[in-house]
Amino acid sequence: MIRVIALRLIGAIPNLIGVVVVTFLLTRELPGDPAAFFAGAAATPEAVEQIREKLGLNKTLIEQFGLYLFDLARGDFGQSLSTGQPVLTELVQRLPASLELTFFALLLATIIALPLGIMAATRPGSWIDHLCRLITTAGVSLPTFFTGLLLAYVFYFLLGIAPSPLGRLDPVFSPPRPVTGMYLIDSLLAGEGALFRACLAQLILPAITMGVFVLAPLARMTRASMLGVLSSDFIRTARASGLASSTVLYTYAFRNALLPVVTTLGMVFSFLLGSNVLVEKVFAWPGIGSYAIESLTASDYAPIQGFVLTMGVLYVLLNLSIDLIYGLIDPRVGLEA
Amino acid sequence: MSATLRHIRYVLSENLVTLGAFALFTAFVLLAVLGPIVAPYDPLATDTARAMQPPSAAHWFGTDALGRDILSRIIIATRLDFGIAVAAVALSFVFGIALGLAAGFFGGWWDRIILRLADTIMAFPLFVLAMGIVAALGNSVANIVYATAIINLPFYIRVARAEANVRRNAGFVEAARLAGNGDWRILSHHIFPNILPPAMVQVSLNMGWAILNAAGLSFIGLGVRPPTPEWGIMVAEGATYIISGEWWVAFFPGMVLMLAVFCFNLLGDGLRDIIDPRRRT
Repeated sequence: MIRVIALRLIGAIPNLIGVVVVTFLLTRELPGDPAAFFAGAAATPEAVEQIREKLGLNKTLIEQFGLYLFDLARGDFGQSLSTGQPVLTELVQRLPASLELTFFALLLATIIALPLGIMAATRPGSWIDHLCRLITTAGVSLPTFFTGLLLAYVFYFLLGIAPSPLGRLDPVFSPPRPVTGMYLIDSLLAGEGALFRACLAQLILPAITMGVFVLAPLARMTRASMLGVLSSDFIRTARASGLASSTVLYTYAFRNALLPVVTTLGMVFSFLLGSNVLVEKVFAWPGIGSYAIESLTASDYAPIQGFVLTMGVLYVLLNLSIDLIYGLIDPRVGLEA
Repeated sequence: MSATLRHIRYVLSENLVTLGAFALFTAFVLLAVLGPIVAPYDPLATDTARAMQPPSAAHWFGTDALGRDILSRIIIATRLDFGIAVAAVALSFVFGIALGLAAGFFGGWWDRIILRLADTIMAFPLFVLAMGIVAALGNSVANIVYATAIINLPFYIRVARAEANVRRNAGFVEAARLAGNGDWRILSHHIFPNILPPAMVQVSLNMGWAILNAAGLSFIGLGVRPPTPEWGIMVAEGATYIISGEWWVAFFPGMVLMLAVFCFNLLGDGLRDIIDPRRRT
């Protein structure tokens, strides 16, 4: 088992290198002269030259890449021009908000998508199958930023049951003592029920928005792979042996059908992390996505590079853990590796 | 020619949903081509006297904060949104298929380097990579096209590579080679036509995704700039008003955007059902 994990870890290294190289190349492609940009509009030619020296822009590309790696290794992602803070500090502060939203959305989507896919597969051609088909095709067509606005309009403005769609927490509350940085978990740890409900109320609309978008690929894959498994020989044998239909469905069919679903999680995370940015803008969610957008508006490039790098690394790590989970669910994979 | 037409008719009558999607697609193309003729008002003409009017007989979709007619802006935007998507998908089609063919057909180092390239692109959440590319190359419509093309590249590389790999040693390729055809001729005349069907399905599914992507980028302020009408920007402009009750400013452009993407997804699904019935889901 340890050998399998080690092999997977090694397999992720080329992707990590790729992410770092691409982010580096993006940094060097800043519009215009980065040195002049960082020096500001009123800088003298000497000041620009000094900055060029400081940023290492007069060195060769390979040397610059070395310096970039050195900076990354020290945790130096550069400084934000608009806030004056080191980029890494702000990313670390804001990352829990994004992660909380992303994982909660994934949880919601899974809770709905798996039963929906199973029900559609066990009754092909029924109304629930058609419903599943409609939802999956409509779900991937929804622009997340638009769904978010619609939900905010209906549940905040029309019905008035959702809190104002701005930020992570109603200003009357103060955030829980930070342990994980995720408000839901922190407020539970602190044992504050009212605070937990307030956090949940803020979280629910953005999470539904993202969840609807990724529900589609999940439900679709669950249905397809359940259909495939249900028509296979070992299910027929299990049925013929007189096993209860629920045992056949959940113990035999579902576990096998789960494998392709876990594989699609990689794509689902790509969707989630991407739409994260849009949803954070719509709901003024203070995560790393809205940090990147604020920096874009201010033409502040260091935070954007840091953001792209963080997202890339996060995605590689998520894919790595999907691989590991896959090995746990399907012991055959471990034997082959 | 009549055989092709008959086939198209068969394809469309086979599936009513696909037929509906095809009709919708034709409507969008007509709007994109005829836009300025069909639009009832000038999409850029501001008039503060009639700002923020809800939908009415004169302005079917209402007016925005500057008094511009939303219906006209949506119609005019069709050409830009479709243009970005078509250009991006065409670019990734041409380069992706060429790279994928080279990887699958020649194998060896070609294969390794091209696959690594595709894997590196796929190592990012795609929308985030597109953001990074546009931020780095500069804020323009052309760069939105390039970014969208780059993030779609791996899908075409994979399709072309898989098909070329299978067919590299097929009988008809051997025969063509024995008849004295060179590598390039075999690739372009014998293998390329065979990868067209799966590639076309990919194109159709990608179009919807490219539109979503471009609209998403302009929603966060990249690429298209106001006052140019574009669906993503129009939703962004309406976003500030929606929680105070002026729903129409963001609602209609968002609905049209959704409809366009929905239409391409249905078309792609329909095409796939016909071309590859095994993958029907």
